[in-house]
Amino acid sequence: MQTIVILRMAAAALITVSGSGPTVAKKLNVVATTPDFAALAREIGGDAIDVTALAKPTEDPHFVDPKPSLLVTLNRADVLIEGGAELELGWLPPLLDNARNERIAAGSPGRVVASQGIRMLEVPTTFDRSKGDIHALGNPHFMIDPLNAKIIAANIADHFAQVDPEAAPIFKANLERFDATVDQKLAEWQRQLAPYRGSTLVTYHKDFVYFAERFNLEIVETLEPKPGIAPSPAHLVQVISTMQARKARVILVQPYQNRRTAATVARQTNAVVLDMPQQPGAIKNITTYIELMDYLVQTLATGLEAKP
Amino acid sequence: MRTLLVAVTVALATSTAAAAQARDSAAAARADSIRLVRERQLIDSLAKVIRSLEGRVDSLVRAGGAPAAQVPQAQTARAAGAYMNIGFDLLSDAGWSTESDVSSLQRGDHDPVVRGFTIPNAEISLDGAVDPYFRGFANIVYKLGPTGQTGVELEEAYFLTTSLPGNLQVRGGQFFTEFGRQNPQHPHAWSFVDQPLVLNRMFGPDGLRSQGARLSWLVPTSWYTEAMVSVLNSTGGAAFSFRSDESAEIHGGEPVTRPVRRLEDLLIVPRLSTSVDLTATQTLLVGVSAAFGPNNSGPDARTQIYGADLYWKWKSARASAGFPFVSWQAEALFRRYDAAQRVSVTDSTVTLPAERLTDRGMYGQLLWGIKPRVVAGLRGDFVSGNTGAFASELRADRYRLSPNLTWYPTEFSKVRLQYNYDNRKGLGIDHSLWLQFEFILGAHAAHKF
Repeated sequence: MQTIVILRMAAAALITVSGSGPTVAKKLNVVATTPDFAALAREIGGDAIDVTALAKPTEDPHFVDPKPSLLVTLNRADVLIEGGAELELGWLPPLLDNARNERIAAGSPGRVVASQGIRMLEVPTTFDRSKGDIHALGNPHFMIDPLNAKIIAANIADHFAQVDPEAAPIFKANLERFDATVDQKLAEWQRQLAPYRGSTLVTYHKDFVYFAERFNLEIVETLEPKPGIAPSPAHLVQVISTMQARKARVILVQPYQNRRTAATVARQTNAVVLDMPQQPGAIKNITTYIELMDYLVQTLATGLEAKP
Repeated sequence: MRTLLVAVTVALATSTAAAAQARDSAAAARADSIRLVRERQLIDSLAKVIRSLEGRVDSLVRAGGAPAAQVPQAQTARAAGAYMNIGFDLLSDAGWSTESDVSSLQRGDHDPVVRGFTIPNAEISLDGAVDPYFRGFANIVYKLGPTGQTGVELEEAYFLTTSLPGNLQVRGGQFFTEFGRQNPQHPHAWSFVDQPLVLNRMFGPDGLRSQGARLSWLVPTSWYTEAMVSVLNSTGGAAFSFRSDESAEIHGGEPVTRPVRRLEDLLIVPRLSTSVDLTATQTLLVGVSAAFGPNNSGPDARTQIYGADLYWKWKSARASAGFPFVSWQAEALFRRYDAAQRVSVTDSTVTLPAERLTDRGMYGQLLWGIKPRVVAGLRGDFVSGNTGAFASELRADRYRLSPNLTWYPTEFSKVRLQYNYDNRKGLGIDHSLWLQFEFILGAHAAHKF
């Protein structure tokens, strides 16, 4: 074990030394809190940037360990893209306190707040934790509405251009290309889901609200009785009866959510559990935002089609 | 939008049908069918345009058009708590020990110190950005003593720089000194009900905490390495091994009055820590620390403390609410307390000889986050000291074994049950059982690694 650590350190040191050589063109070093923002950054920045995501695509983005390596990543960043709606509240602030990096300080061109310009849903009117882990600025799972992705992409392109004005034309062209792709794909996705307009579904957490709104679907229950609160047997009984009454036949879960609970409910309601990760990279070979949305729409359409 | 689409389709279809009826020649019918196909194509392309317009309108609406009223509303509500995060944290303990004088067994200031109920830590924490250059923090602690009396302490109040050049950072004020891993942590962040024995022995009931400044440098290596040095006042109860009024408990002599005459009379605490991610799911953090300062057994007496710490954690790549995980934390400390020739506190006719008092100890704790919100823990403690002219109860050999189980209903509350098997040399074996409850109000509890 020790040898491995030493070798790793040596390798890392070599990379540091070679990386600072004068022959290497300076790329923008972009850090995103979650892989979905990283994927958008890649669309806009292309080869002109290096991108790192702090959270793993398969882990719960509410609970990321603020481990020291993330501190080093933030210390080197030229741009930080964060959700801005308290999704990262439990782990990002202590990292930023110690990152010692003015380039990504709040309000600087190097700090992108993704929620800016987004019409937030489920904005609470009172702050009361007896209602579960609510976020003061509204539901932070807004990236799975493609029109939100467009707004965020524009925001990212704008910040990239401020930080690296020379590459601004590249960012602008990439943004236009991304926008055109989303417009075209959105029409396709809407066509794919059009037959299921008004379909009822169940999710584990309140993380498909924006998706449901975009594609005219109705979420009738969540397995969590309140955001962030683990499913209780009593609540699941209620979920089952609602599902039967409202003819909900699919349950959407993300990789870090308890699939076994979802499967139990599905068995009793003759429903299917659909794996619907919201982070690119959670499923092999799905690395871009468009690929992810393609996968989600396809998975859901197949799941809804199969209903008896 | 969709109604319009249907209306157009119906209108076009009916007009086409009427026209077709009016003619009867085959050629005309063919021409009609061609027209019909063209019209259908036109409808399709119109539908496409409408859909794309629909998307754009929606996009504009979302970008800040109509629902403008909703966004400012949230921001207004938020403004009430802006500029400063306010939090309140309560730790309350209940339990029993076979030792009736519980505070002789549980020596930490934030340990349960009585049979029955107590509140060892009720903390108001404040923090926020002072301006673009500083962040400010304060922790004010209320605690109940063995007889229920309230004690108040300004536990921490310090600033932290945010924009020094060269990867530097300065902390100034009063703060838990960065020596080892657990000393800088607040009691509510501990994984066990009580303070590890070795930290109590070296740093006293409240840990090492004093007034001063700390300079830290994040070394520009590609893995995490941080070097820091704190310069602090060496007096007070929270500088227990140094110029503390309670130092007689260590050396048995009458403490001397020792003013600060030169830099060496301050407490100097260097620390170096480094961390690597062994794999995508495993992290290792190791550190070495030391503390050098004067003690008040005599006018020139000095103390040195050395420590090494290790923290390893595995967390599943599919972690839900941070579970499952396994972590191992261990610290070993060594103290060289050079006691001067001194007059015994118990008998002023007795002079204790100059001598070197050495103490060592360590603890290791294993945590297993079995499933979301449930953690099982096991800690082993060991401390030992050499024989001095004064037989201090605080320097005797002792070991302790503590299994515990913690349930976190949410990240804002916890319930913990802990058993301690305690063996103090010369005093025998004691058993204790503690139940701890915690809640947090206000600002979200951000976790440090």
